[in-house]
Amino acid sequence: MSEIPPPAKTADDIKRDPLVAAAVSRVGDAIVDAKEFVGEITLFADRDRIVEVCRAFKDDGFVYLVDLAGVDYSKFPNHTGLRFSVAYTLYSFQKNARVRLRVWTDETTPIPSVTSVWKTANWHERETWDMLGIVFSGHPNLERILMWDGFNGHPLRKDFPIRGIDTGARIYPEVFPEGGGPKAGSTGKPANDVNVYKGEWKKYGTWPLAQIGGGAKAPAPAAKPAPKPVAAAAPPAAVEEDADV
Amino acid sequence: MFDVHEMEINFGPQHPSTHGVLRVLLRVDGERIIDAKPIIGYLHRGTEKLFEHMAYPQCVPHTDRMDYVASATNNLGFVEAVEKILGVTKLIPRRAQILRVILSELQRISSHLLWLATHAIDIGAMTPFFYCFREREQILDFFEMYCGARLTLNCMRIGGMPEDVPHGWLDDIEAFCGKFDAAVDEYESLLTTNRIWKRRTVGIGVLSPEEAIEWGITGPPLRGSGVEWDLRRAQPYEIYPELEFDIPVGRNGDTYDRYLVRMAEMRQSNRILKQCIPLIKQTPVGDLKAKISKVIRPPEGEVYHSIEAPKGELGYYIVSDGKTQNAYRCHVRPPSFVNLQALPALARGHLVSDLVALIGTIDIVLGEVDR
Repeated sequence: MSEIPPPAKTADDIKRDPLVAAAVSRVGDAIVDAKEFVGEITLFADRDRIVEVCRAFKDDGFVYLVDLAGVDYSKFPNHTGLRFSVAYTLYSFQKNARVRLRVWTDETTPIPSVTSVWKTANWHERETWDMLGIVFSGHPNLERILMWDGFNGHPLRKDFPIRGIDTGARIYPEVFPEGGGPKAGSTGKPANDVNVYKGEWKKYGTWPLAQIGGGAKAPAPAAKPAPKPVAAAAPPAAVEEDADV
Repeated sequence: MFDVHEMEINFGPQHPSTHGVLRVLLRVDGERIIDAKPIIGYLHRGTEKLFEHMAYPQCVPHTDRMDYVASATNNLGFVEAVEKILGVTKLIPRRAQILRVILSELQRISSHLLWLATHAIDIGAMTPFFYCFREREQILDFFEMYCGARLTLNCMRIGGMPEDVPHGWLDDIEAFCGKFDAAVDEYESLLTTNRIWKRRTVGIGVLSPEEAIEWGITGPPLRGSGVEWDLRRAQPYEIYPELEFDIPVGRNGDTYDRYLVRMAEMRQSNRILKQCIPLIKQTPVGDLKAKISKVIRPPEGEVYHSIEAPKGELGYYIVSDGKTQNAYRCHVRPPSFVNLQALPALARGHLVSDLVALIGTIDIVLGEVDR
C-alpha cells in the first residue's frame, strides 16, 4: 500500500462536515474542539452550554440519545486537564449517522442535565453519577441506581480498588465475623469458633471426600520424602490445618 | 363516594414474573397503578470495572454474563467494537462472518422463544411454554455442539471465530430451519387469535413512535410502535447487506403488536439462517481467523459500536489509551436497561396484573440491566 494518507483533519474541517455543520452553526462557539477517529466524529462542547448544544442537535435531526457514558481520565497517560468526561452519543434517523458530544468536568462542578431534552437521559445520568460521581444539575431525581442507597464511593473511579471496599455492611455477623467475611482480598484471620467458613476459600478443596458424603475414601496423601535419619527429636508432623473439618 | 385508598407495595425482587431480580415499587389505588418505580441493581457485578482490568480477549466471557439468554450477540457486539478500534473489520474471513450471523440468528430465535414462553406463562397461558422450550432445546443443543456451552457461549474471538463447525452441524441446522416455520405457526395457533390473549394484550402499554424514540427504546418495542428501524439494515455489519429479510413493524404500539413483531422476527431469522447455510458451504473450511496480532493493543482513541441484539441496540463504548492491552474504559449500552426505563410511563393507569404483561413485553434480562 503506497497510498498517501490524507492529511489529518483540523477541528474546523470536522465542524464543517455536512453531518454536523448545520447544528454546529446554530450554537457557534459552544463547540470548542473536534476530533475524528475511525470515522466517528467527536465534538467537545462547552460544559455550561451542553443543554443548548443538545437541543440544537435534536432539532437538527439527532432525535435519539443512544448512550451517555462517563470516563475518569485521572490515570490516562499524559492527560492534563479536568478529570472526568461525559460522552453523549446521538443518532439521527434521517442521516443514519451517529455523532458524539463530549464535555469535561471535575469532581464538584455539575454538568447541566439533559433530561429536559431527552427523557432517556434520566437513568443514564443517574448511572453516571452512581458509578463515577459526576454531578448533574437540574436532574429531577439524581440518586443511586445500581449501587444501594448509602453506599459510600463511586466504583468506576480509577482510585476505587477492584477488590472493593469494606462498607461496614454485615449481613450475617455471627457467621461471617469481623475480618473473616467472604470478601476478596481479605487478609483477616477467621475466628476459631466458626466452622461454617474457615479462612481462605481454597481450603475447601482439602476436605476429605468421606466427610462430604458418598462414603468415598479420602485420597491417600502424596508420598512424603523419607525422613532424614539424623532428625532424632523431630517434631510431630504438622497437622493439616483443616484435617478436622 | 369512597376515599382514595392509596397503597405502596413492592413487586419483587423475588417474584417469578419479574424475570429476575427486578423490584418495582408500586403506588396503587386498589388494583390500578398510580405510579411505578423500578428499583434495580440487585444483580450488579461491576462488569465494566472488570473490563478495565482485563486484556481484551479475557473480556469476551464476561459479556456472556450480561444478557445471559443471548450471549452470542453480546460476544458479537464486543468483538466487533474491538475490531473497529483496531481497524481490522474488513479483514475478518468470510466463513467467520457467516458463522457469526448463523450463531446470532440462532440466538435471536432462542431469546425470542424464551421471551414468548415466559411472557405467555406470566399472562396465564401455560401451554406455549412447553412448545417453545421444545425448539429452544434444539438450538441450545446446536450451541453445545459448536462450543460446548449452552448459555454462556464465549463463542467468538477478536478477529474471527475459535473453531470450525462440527461435522454434520450445518445439516442439522438446515433440518431444524425446515421445520421451524411450522413450529411458529403452532405457537401462533395457540395465541394470536386467542380471545383471552387478545383481551390481555391489545391496547395495553401503548407507546407512540415519538415517545419510544424519546425514551431511547430500541429493538422489537420500537418496531412494534411502527418505526421501521433495525441496525442490521440501517448500519449493516458482517454479511447482512447481502441477506434478504424484512423488518416487521407494528401499527398500534401495544403489547399485542410487540408480540406480533417478535413472532415475525423469528420467521425472518429463520429465513436468514436458510440463506446462510448454502453460503457457508461455499466457503473454504478452516478459514476462520484474520491474521492480526495476538497481543491486542489498539491505538489511542474512542469508539462506539452497536449491533442489533434480540432485545434492541446493544452498544459498546470503548476508550483505549494506546499503551495497555486492556480497555481504559468500556461502557456497555444495554438495551434492557434503557427499555426498562419506560416501564412507569407504560404502566400508569393499568391494573397490577397488566404490569406482569408489560414487564414481559419489554423483554428485560436483569443481568444486562444491572451488569
